[in-house]
Amino acid sequence: MSHIGSYETRIKDFDWAISEKELGYKPGDVINIGWYATDRICQMGKAAKTALIHEGFTGSEKRYTYNDIRLASNAIGAFLRGLGLKDEDRVCLFMDRIPELYLGFLGILKIGAIAQPLFSAFGDESLLVRLSNAETSAILTQKKHVFKVRKILDKLPHLKHIIIVDHDGKAPLKEREVAFSLEGSKPVENLECFPTKAESPSVLHYTSGTTGMPKGVQHVHYSLISQYLTAKWVLDLQENDIYWCTADPGWVTGTSYGIIAPFSLGVTQCVLDSGFSTEAWYRFIEKNRISMWYSAPTAIRSLMKGGDEVVKKFDLSCLRHLASVGEPLNSEAVVWSERVFGKPFLDTYWQTETGCIVISNYPGMEVRPGSMGKPFPGITGTILDPIRNEPYAAPGKIGLVALKFDWPSRMRTYWRNPEAFQKKFRNNWYMTGDRAKMDQDGYYWFAGRDDDIINTAGHLVSPFEVESALLEHPAVAESAVVSKPDPLNLEVVKAFVTVKPGFVASKDLDLEIMNFIRKKLSPLAMPQEIEFVDSLPKTRSGKIMRRILHAKEWGEDIGDTSTLENE
Amino acid sequence: MEGLKDAILQYVTKEYLEDDSEPIDFETALISGGIVDSFSMVSLKRFLENKYGIQIPDDKATPEAFDSVNKIATLVEEFVGKKG
Repeated sequence: MSHIGSYETRIKDFDWAISEKELGYKPGDVINIGWYATDRICQMGKAAKTALIHEGFTGSEKRYTYNDIRLASNAIGAFLRGLGLKDEDRVCLFMDRIPELYLGFLGILKIGAIAQPLFSAFGDESLLVRLSNAETSAILTQKKHVFKVRKILDKLPHLKHIIIVDHDGKAPLKEREVAFSLEGSKPVENLECFPTKAESPSVLHYTSGTTGMPKGVQHVHYSLISQYLTAKWVLDLQENDIYWCTADPGWVTGTSYGIIAPFSLGVTQCVLDSGFSTEAWYRFIEKNRISMWYSAPTAIRSLMKGGDEVVKKFDLSCLRHLASVGEPLNSEAVVWSERVFGKPFLDTYWQTETGCIVISNYPGMEVRPGSMGKPFPGITGTILDPIRNEPYAAPGKIGLVALKFDWPSRMRTYWRNPEAFQKKFRNNWYMTGDRAKMDQDGYYWFAGRDDDIINTAGHLVSPFEVESALLEHPAVAESAVVSKPDPLNLEVVKAFVTVKPGFVASKDLDLEIMNFIRKKLSPLAMPQEIEFVDSLPKTRSGKIMRRILHAKEWGEDIGDTSTLENE
Repeated sequence: MEGLKDAILQYVTKEYLEDDSEPIDFETALISGGIVDSFSMVSLKRFLENKYGIQIPDDKATPEAFDSVNKIATLVEEFVGKKG
């Protein structure tokens, strides 16, 4: 029997108090996610239960019990406190998926500081923008990534501590650097958790914007209430499950459902810190007897590309429940998973700003392949008419996906950017920026983004950020960045570029610019295609008309061109 | 073949490793070892296509085929041979 039971019954008399009660939380109480994810589980008699099974690049495995993660997060918290870090200081996690990333996240929350996870493949420019904006006080990183921090250190006066978690002593530490070894540190039996309350800030995730620089999405400790219950009812995490969330904690799925939810539910979860390969993933599932698997459409499509035969080489009968997040899951992938694994991947929909799953398919509810599903109980969703900013009176029309902004894990603001936060609302509805339609039975069907943001393999990339970085290349005069359809990643980044006098468009220049963006921003932001053009379409006032380039890439009507400069 | 492998190794070292990284060899796991991610594979593929004047179809450019210098060299040889 699934935890949710009947969706229809659950929506009738839903109250978030269900989650509060299960967690033993009463309004006004102290609520600290770090404590709930470790100490509370130990106090429930599960100290010896395996919390984390970690496999590294080399295939080496480490196992941690709930008591181990309690002690380790205490040790990291105590170390940070010893450096003088305190509540509401921003502490960045800039690491591969090593155990210190997961345990450090909890340690930061325990002392009341704000965890700021950043994807370890970010280049120095991406890092600089995000650390400057947050005025980050400390960063936990590895020796393989510290060179990026060193490059930008002069521009980060607020960054007081660079904590290297795997310093081997071979090279001397540099300015503001300090070594910390989890294995070499003494277990800390008692760490007084900071008495955070419901509205105390917890996590700061950065997300891309269409026109401005990335924005810090600020969450609070009360988000636990939503993350706990959505994981229980949608991912259906049960006591004996072995859970694998394939997302990196540099992104919100990796924290909400890769750290907070599974640990606060006391389940055993696995982490594979290695690059993608079909056989390696199936082997990992078989070896660890994974029963609940939460992954992403791009990964699922990559597995589909690997074919059906390879699946038969492994015993995957352990899989009980599958779910997907990050971008729309195409119906072919749902049908394929049902054929090869005997279970469909259930699509879940949410965003960095929502903090938890808001629209989803559920265990026991009819799966309509290709559909986003229905709003989670307690969450009111609608499809807004973009002209009237009112919900459509009847289903079937494509409009804007909007939500009543009242569930526990909603973002509280964009970090020091209340104007951008206010712009997310129309007529008191939170605008997701996505377009969809609803069918007669209340299922949502994704139709596309309502803005220029590029969703590549489930990660949002700002065209503005890529265009700005392109202009820093000596050969680039002008640039326009749009999405381009891609069978594997849904969309990829495409750049249109004009070159400065004295430079000639060539294959070598194309590769040089690709690598320039990869190192400066991230591999995700790297244009997978660069088209050199003589000029870019502009309005008469000189603004580049991205939408025309976008329409051409997607084979759509280019619409009104009356403001085009050369018309 | 050795010249081909050396050129690939040199490119990967220059573009994907930092100065103080552990040196890699022809057998080092590049994709599964986390040195080159799936997105960065696109620029590595582009380098090979530019340098050797070949086209590697997307269905051949798999993480498995790009997982070491040795494997990449075998793939490139296949297409260089076809070109000739």
